[in-house]
Amino acid sequence: MKNKKRKAEKIIFNSEKDMPITPMSLGSMAFNLTGSWRNIRPLIDLNNCLQCGICWKFCPDAAIVIENEFPVIDYDYCKGCGLCAEECPAKCITMEEEVK
Amino acid sequence: MKKARTMKLSLPIEEYMNPGHLACQGCGATLAMRYVLKALGQKTVLCIPACCWSVIDGPFPYSCLDVPIFHCAFETAAASASGVKAGLEMVGDKETTVVAWAGDGGTFDIGIQALSGAAERNDNIIYVCYDNEAYMNTGIQRSSATPYGAWTTTTPVKHFKDQPKKDIVAIMAAHRIPYLATASVAYPEDLFRKMKKAKEIKGTRFFHIFAPCPTGWRSRPEDTIKLARLAVQTCYFPLFEVEWGEKYTINIKPKEKKPVVDYLRLQGRFSHLTEKEIELIQAGIDRQWHRLLRLASEREKLSVGGE
Repeated sequence: MKNKKRKAEKIIFNSEKDMPITPMSLGSMAFNLTGSWRNIRPLIDLNNCLQCGICWKFCPDAAIVIENEFPVIDYDYCKGCGLCAEECPAKCITMEEEVK
Repeated sequence: MKKARTMKLSLPIEEYMNPGHLACQGCGATLAMRYVLKALGQKTVLCIPACCWSVIDGPFPYSCLDVPIFHCAFETAAASASGVKAGLEMVGDKETTVVAWAGDGGTFDIGIQALSGAAERNDNIIYVCYDNEAYMNTGIQRSSATPYGAWTTTTPVKHFKDQPKKDIVAIMAAHRIPYLATASVAYPEDLFRKMKKAKEIKGTRFFHIFAPCPTGWRSRPEDTIKLARLAVQTCYFPLFEVEWGEKYTINIKPKEKKPVVDYLRLQGRFSHLTEKEIELIQAGIDRQWHRLLRLASEREKLSVGGE
C-alpha cells in the first residue's frame, strides 16, 4: 500500500545509549493495526459505485485508498466508524457485523 | 466492477496523515488535520500543545504524520510557533509554513494570552484551533468553548452549562490580523481553498475549525459529518472569512435556515434540554447570524459606495 511510507515496525531500545539525545519520532504508527478496534465492517458494492470519492474524502483514518479508479478499504486500519456508509450518495457501502 | 472512468477527486491524493493513529472512531479532528496538511504540503512544521492531537499522533518514538511536530506545553502553542518561525528564518528558511495546532482548551482558555501576543506582534504563523467544544482527551470537562446547555462531566445534567460559548472569532477579529476564517470538516473543499489562500498571506492567520467529537458529544460515530453539516445549515457555526478584522465574507449561506433542534437532537449531551431552553439557544443563534449578516452587508455597501 502506498500509505505505508515509513517503516511499519516496532522500535525497541535495548539500553539508554540506543535512545536519541533529543526525544524525536523515528518511526511511523503504521505498525499499529487499528483494524482490531472494529465491530462492524464496511463492504463496498463496486457495481453501484459512482466513483465520486466521497468515502475516500471523509475517512478519518485515511483507510480508503484509490486503486484502479475505485475505492478500496484497507481493513488493517479501518476502525469501523461507518462514516463512509452514511455519506455514500449511492448507498453502496453496507456495514456488516464483524465475525471474530 | 464495470466502468473504468477516471475518478475526479476534489482534494489532492497526497496523504500526509498515515493510518494507525490513536483517534476514536469517527473523529472530526483527524479529518481537519488531513485536509489542512493536504493544503499546506510537506514543507510544514506543527506545534501541538496538550490536546487530543498530542495523543492521536502516537507515543514516542512514533508519529503518524509525515511532517515534523513540536510537542509544546499547554499554554505555549502560539509562542512556540513564533519561536520556530523565527529560528527557521535565522537559518534562511523562508518557505516553511509554521502551524500552531491547538484544541479549543488550548485556544479559548489556556493559550489565549500567547495567541493574543503572537497576533499583536503579527508573527508569520498559522494558528489553527480545532473546536470540539470541551476538554475531550482528559475526560470531557467543560471549556469556555462549550455551548450553552451542554452536558459535560463537570457540568452534569442538573447543572448544565448556562454560559454561552466564547466568541473567539470576534476576539481575533479585534486584533486586526490579516486573515481569519472559520471552517468545517463537512466542507473540505471550502477548508482546502481557505488554507491555500492563507498560505500565501504573511502575518498571523487564524483558523477556527469545527470538529465534532462522537465520544464527548454522545453522538453516533457515523454522524460526524452530518453534525458538522447541520451546524452550518442551522447557522450554529457559520462559515466565513475576515480580512484585517473588517472585511467579512460569508462563504456558505444556507438557502433555508434549519431549526437548531435538528442539530441538538442528534447529540446525547443536549438530550436533557426542554423546549424553553432550545428556544433560548435558537434566539442566540438568530442574533449571532443577524450580526454576521450585518457585518458582511456593511462591507458590501462600503465596497460599492466607497471605491
